[in-house]
Amino acid sequence: MNEHVVFMLQLVINGIAVGGVYSLMALGFVLIFKASSVVNFGPGELVLFGAYVAWATILNMTLPIPIALVLTLVIAIVLGLVIERGVLRPLIGEPIISVIMVTFGVASVIRGFLNMTWGSDTRPFPVLFSQQPIHFGPVPVSPVHLWSFVVVMALLAGFSVFFRFSTTGMAMRATADNQQVALSLGVSVKWIFALSWCIATVVSALAGIILGSVRGGVDFSLADLGLKVFPVVILGGLDSIPGAIIGGVLIGVLENLAGGYLDPILGGGVKEVAPFVALVIILMLRPHGFFGKREIERV
Amino acid sequence: MKCGGFRISYRGDERIFGTSLPIVGLVVLLVVLAFVPRFAGTYWLDVLNRIGIAIIGALGLNILVGYTGQISIGHAAFLAIGAYATAILEAKVGVPFYLAIPAAAVLTSGFGLIFGIPSLRLRGLYLAIATLAAHFITTYGIIHWESMTNGVLGFTVPAATLFGMALDSDARIFYVIFALVVPATLFTKNLFRTKVGRAFIAIRDRDVAAGVMGVSLFRYKLLAFLISSFYAGVAGGLMAHHSRILFPDAFTLLVAIDYLAMIIIGGMGSILGSIFGAVFMTLLPEVLKLGATSATGVYPNAFGLIASTRDIVFGLAVIFFLMYEPLGLARIWLRIKSYWTLWPYSY
Repeated sequence: MNEHVVFMLQLVINGIAVGGVYSLMALGFVLIFKASSVVNFGPGELVLFGAYVAWATILNMTLPIPIALVLTLVIAIVLGLVIERGVLRPLIGEPIISVIMVTFGVASVIRGFLNMTWGSDTRPFPVLFSQQPIHFGPVPVSPVHLWSFVVVMALLAGFSVFFRFSTTGMAMRATADNQQVALSLGVSVKWIFALSWCIATVVSALAGIILGSVRGGVDFSLADLGLKVFPVVILGGLDSIPGAIIGGVLIGVLENLAGGYLDPILGGGVKEVAPFVALVIILMLRPHGFFGKREIERV
Repeated sequence: MKCGGFRISYRGDERIFGTSLPIVGLVVLLVVLAFVPRFAGTYWLDVLNRIGIAIIGALGLNILVGYTGQISIGHAAFLAIGAYATAILEAKVGVPFYLAIPAAAVLTSGFGLIFGIPSLRLRGLYLAIATLAAHFITTYGIIHWESMTNGVLGFTVPAATLFGMALDSDARIFYVIFALVVPATLFTKNLFRTKVGRAFIAIRDRDVAAGVMGVSLFRYKLLAFLISSFYAGVAGGLMAHHSRILFPDAFTLLVAIDYLAMIIIGGMGSILGSIFGAVFMTLLPEVLKLGATSATGVYPNAFGLIASTRDIVFGLAVIFFLMYEPLGLARIWLRIKSYWTLWPYSY
């Protein structure tokens, strides 16, 4: 095969792998937005939290990996409950700027707390997968990427089934659709809000664990990746779960292609900025994304 | 006894201050400020200078977010454009300092217009995300346009000269900063006594309704972005002269969040609030630093914890104000004031 094609395939595959993680983060974001119209501006800190707790339980407390992972997810659930009960429930119905700022505040507290407890040094992350690359024809793929993609897809499939068939999942969809009707049909909207935060923190923690093992270490730059959620959800539509999944993969591929082809011309850093350029273009052309609900404004 | 605001003439209605006491207070404050550089050490002068710069920046952001209701997370980018434009105009073009700052501010307001264009279609959350993207694109430009900005290596700004005097010390730049803080505050105060200011407030309260009543959304939203970024440009220009070396790292997203926190903690849609917020947010790390210095005797590691403590205190302060005092410090101040005005019959 032509080496240009191999180069491109390599970029696309890396993009899909990273994009899967973006999809996970975006899923957490979309769930919260769908259920409670809250925009979480600190998605990165939730990811960071998951990664640090996983590191602490596996390497610091030397628990066996399965127990450590379960413990991490339990702690993530507690975090979600604390955030929802303590901070966001009192702010229901407040102007959007308050909600945006309070999520910045929560993110700042989490960051400070992590920094205080474990310091800001890079922590080596436990190797969860083998390092030997697997070859698909001429294209080498690292198992970490492959596994992260498999895990992400399994999770997303699981969530699709959950939303489609389980009672709780249907109650969540009903709440997203119309809160008042859901309330009158006996859905506890408060419980749904809390649940959506818990799912979001769990999903973000998983994203953190996957990112940690992809990068082989945890540090605070992980939180910056969280901001990539915004291009993803704008592309897919803020309230669309399929949109989050497709958007994540598309943004992952886009940033890798842009980085691979434009970095030599423009001199580095294109990968970081390309998703945001895409974001602006999408906002100008199609503010509600490709799968989002169009809003109609009345006085 | 005075027990309310009675306006019985047009002159009385137009007055900024109801009584003469605040005027006397302000004059005393200005006189005290004029003598501060004689007494204050470099450390406190530096803090005061940063407060002055933050006041101008926060006033600008409050015009946009607090008064016009257009959420912007791009304020750090405006500051960066103002700072770099001032520095480049002076160091590379040779424009004198007193022309470079206004020119940079005009340039920044040009960028403000570009940032503001999405506000014509987008609102609230979507606008916030658009300004977030604009922030990253601007930072990318500053880091990678190395021939102009020197990238991550940092840009050294030459000391400005005014009337043949080099503004190379904190004391001298102090006068320049506060000479700009005063007109910036006055202009903001007066802005909201005009048609433009009222249009801004109408747009904040309900933009579709304001449009129906004949407020041109196109014009006033862009105007709000223009004025706000002009302030940020001035603040950025002063930053360039205060720190004398510019790094892209000084204008991260966290700076934009800090400015938003200033107007939330100080009070949205309040001039006094912008000032209180700027003072609060600038003093917060300094107070923590002082606390850490005195705590090192007991707990030698205290200094290393400043950054994380700051993050936690900052986050908790923002959460606290949003939950318990959404109108901020300005509202607390008002409550204290009205208590004493009506004393001993306050209830």
